[in-house]
Amino acid sequence: MTYVWFIPLLPVLAFLILTFFGKKFSKGSAYLAIGCIAVSLVLSYLAFFSTLGHKTFHQSFEWFSIGSFKVAVGAAVDPLAALMLIIVATVAFLVQVYSMGYMHGEKRYSWYYAAISLFTAAMFGLVLADNFILFYSCWELMGLCSYLLIGYWYEKPEAAAAAKKAFIVTRVGDIGLLVGIIMLYLKTGSFDFNTVFASNLGGIATVAALLLFFGAMGKSAQFPLHVWLPYAMEGPTPVSALIHAATMVAAGVYLVARAYPVFTPTALYVVAIIGTIGTFGAALIALVQTDIKKILAYSTISQLGYMMIGLGVGSLTAGIFHLMTHAFFKALLFLGSGSVIHACHTNEIFEMGGLAKKMKITTWTFIIGSLSLAGFPLTAGFFSKDEIITTTFKEGHYVIFLITLLTAFLTAFYIFRLCFIVFFGKPQKKAKKAHESPSSMTTPLIILAVPAIAAGWAAFSFGSFVYFKHPHEAEFNLPIMAASVAVGLLGIALAWKFYYKGWISDQELLEKMGPVRTLLEKKFYIDEAYSFLAHKVIVGGICEGFAWIDRNIVNRGIDSIAWFFKWSGDEVRFSESGELSGYVLVAFGSLALILIYLIASIL
Amino acid sequence: MTGAMQLNLYLTLGLIFFCLGIYGVMTKRNVIGILMSIEIMFNAANLNLIAFSRLVKTNFGGQLFALFVIGVVAAETVVALAIILAVYKSKNTLNVDKINLMKW
Repeated sequence: MTYVWFIPLLPVLAFLILTFFGKKFSKGSAYLAIGCIAVSLVLSYLAFFSTLGHKTFHQSFEWFSIGSFKVAVGAAVDPLAALMLIIVATVAFLVQVYSMGYMHGEKRYSWYYAAISLFTAAMFGLVLADNFILFYSCWELMGLCSYLLIGYWYEKPEAAAAAKKAFIVTRVGDIGLLVGIIMLYLKTGSFDFNTVFASNLGGIATVAALLLFFGAMGKSAQFPLHVWLPYAMEGPTPVSALIHAATMVAAGVYLVARAYPVFTPTALYVVAIIGTIGTFGAALIALVQTDIKKILAYSTISQLGYMMIGLGVGSLTAGIFHLMTHAFFKALLFLGSGSVIHACHTNEIFEMGGLAKKMKITTWTFIIGSLSLAGFPLTAGFFSKDEIITTTFKEGHYVIFLITLLTAFLTAFYIFRLCFIVFFGKPQKKAKKAHESPSSMTTPLIILAVPAIAAGWAAFSFGSFVYFKHPHEAEFNLPIMAASVAVGLLGIALAWKFYYKGWISDQELLEKMGPVRTLLEKKFYIDEAYSFLAHKVIVGGICEGFAWIDRNIVNRGIDSIAWFFKWSGDEVRFSESGELSGYVLVAFGSLALILIYLIASIL
Repeated sequence: MTGAMQLNLYLTLGLIFFCLGIYGVMTKRNVIGILMSIEIMFNAANLNLIAFSRLVKTNFGGQLFALFVIGVVAAETVVALAIILAVYKSKNTLNVDKINLMKW
C-alpha cells in the first residue's frame, strides 16, 4: 500500500506545475488538475478496498531532528482514514469537474485549479498524517487555501473581508489546537498519534481534549466560532461545496474522531453541548435567510452540530457516518445551488422561482439532496441522522435528544422552503432567461445524487468498519425512527403548505414572528457581540489601558532618565573651555594632590 | 659624596626640569612651544630613570627604558608636528587660544 503516498503528492504536483507554468496551460490547467485528482481518486478507492479486507498501512520517515527532538513524516491508513480518503477524493474530483463549467472564462482560471489542488492535497495529508506535527501543518495549509479560495474574487471588498474573517476566526481555534498539541507532547514526549493515544494522560486529558476541540470548533464552524462560515459564501460556489462537504469543516470532525482516545467523558459532554447549541441555533437562523448559499451555510453548521453530538454522546460511528452522508448530499446541494446561481445570476431565492421546468436535472438532483438532508426515509441522511438521534436517546441525553428531533423538523422546513420558492415558485425577472447548465456541471450532480441516497445503506455494516474500541451495532429503535421521520415529513408538509400552496406568504409569516424575526435575522447578534468584544472591550478597554500605561509610565520613565542626562550634560559641558592651559592645570593639579595624599599617608 | 646624596642631586635636577616643562605647557601660547615644553618633561623623566638605574639598582633596565622613551617620543613628535602642520594650514595660526575646535 505504499501507493497511498501518491494520494496527497499528486495534487501537490498539480499545484506546483500550475503555480509556475499555469499561464501556459490556460484551459489545459483544468485537465491537468483533474487528471491528478482522478489518479488520487483511484488510489483512494484501492486503499479503501484493501482496508475493507482488514489491511492497515503505516510508514514513517524522519523529517527533521533537533537534538533529541524528532519529527517524523508518516502516513497511516486505518478504516477511519480510508473512509475519509474516499469522501475527500470523490467530492474533490466532482467539484473540480464541475468547476470546468462554473469557472469557465474566469481570469485566474489556472490559479483557481492550483489553489483547489493544494486544498485537496492538504486535506489528504491531514487524513493520512500519523503525527500531530504533520497534522497541524496540513491543518494550517488548509487554512491558507481557504483564505485564497474564499478571497478568489478579491477585487470584491466583501470577498476579501470574508477571506480575512475565515482566516482569523479559524486562527483563533488553531491556537487552542496548538496549545493542546504542545500539552500532549510535554506529557507524553511524542507527537506520534499511536504513542500519545496509548499513554496514560492522567489529569490533563480533559483540558488537552478541550483544547483540541477548540481547534475543531474553529475549523468545523461550531458555536461560537461559526461566524466565518456564512461569509465564506463569497467564494466561488464549487469552493463552498468543497469547504462545506469534504475538506475544511470535515477536518474538525475528523480531528475529534482521530483524537477520540484523549476525550474524557467530561470533554465529550462539552462537545455534545456545543454541538447542540450549534445545530439548533443555526437551523433557526436558516429559517429566515434569503440567500440560497447562506441557507445552505447555516444548514452546514447545523449538520456539523449533529456530527459533534454524535461524537459527543459517545458514538464515533454515528458522527463519522453522518460526516460521510452529509459530505455527499451537501456537496450535491451546493453544486446544485451553483447551477441555479449560474443560471439566474443572483443569490436571492425570491428573485428566482419556477426553475423546475427550465432546469430539470438541477431541480431533481437538488430535491434528492434536500430529501436526504431532511431525513426522508431510505435516503442517506435518514440513516445517519437517525443513528445520531437514537444514540442520544440510548445514552440518556434526553434534552439533546429532543433538540435534535426539533432540529430535524426545522431542517426539513427550511430546505423545502428553499426548494419550493426556487423551483416551484412564481418565476421572477431574473429567472426568466434561465436555462440548464452545461453537462460538465450537471454530470457531477447526477453522480452525487447516487451516494446522496445510497450512502446510507451502508448503515448495517458501517459500525463494524469505523468504530472506537468495539464494533458499533446499528440499532433501529422503531418509535424513535418513526418520530424522526414524522417530524421530517411534517417540516416538508408545512413548507409545502406555506410556500407551494401559498397558505401564508413569507412576508406575513415573518411579520407574525415579531421580535423573534429580528433576533434570527441578526443571527442572535453574535457578529455584533464579536464586534463589541473586539472594538469596545479589547481595543477600547484592554488595549487603551495598556496604551495609557505605555504612554504615561513606561514612556515618561524612560524620557525622564534621558532628560536627566541631557540636562547634566548641558551643565557640565562648560567645563570644556578649550583652553589648553586650563586642562594642564587641572591634570597636574590633580596629580599634585594625589602625590600629597600619598606622601601624607606614608608619613 | 655618598650614593644617596648623588641620587638626590639628580632627582632634584629632574624635578626642576619637570616643573619648567609644566610651566612652559601652561604658559606658552604657541603650539610648538608647548610641544618643546613636553619634550623637557620627558627628558626630566629620562634623567630620573637613568639616575635610578645607575645608583640604586645597577642594571640596564632603566637605561633601556630611557632609550625606549626617546624612541617613542620621536614618533609622537612626528605625529604632533603633522597635526600642527594640518591645523596651521586650515587655521593659519599656531596660537592655542585661537584653536578651540574642541570647546563645548
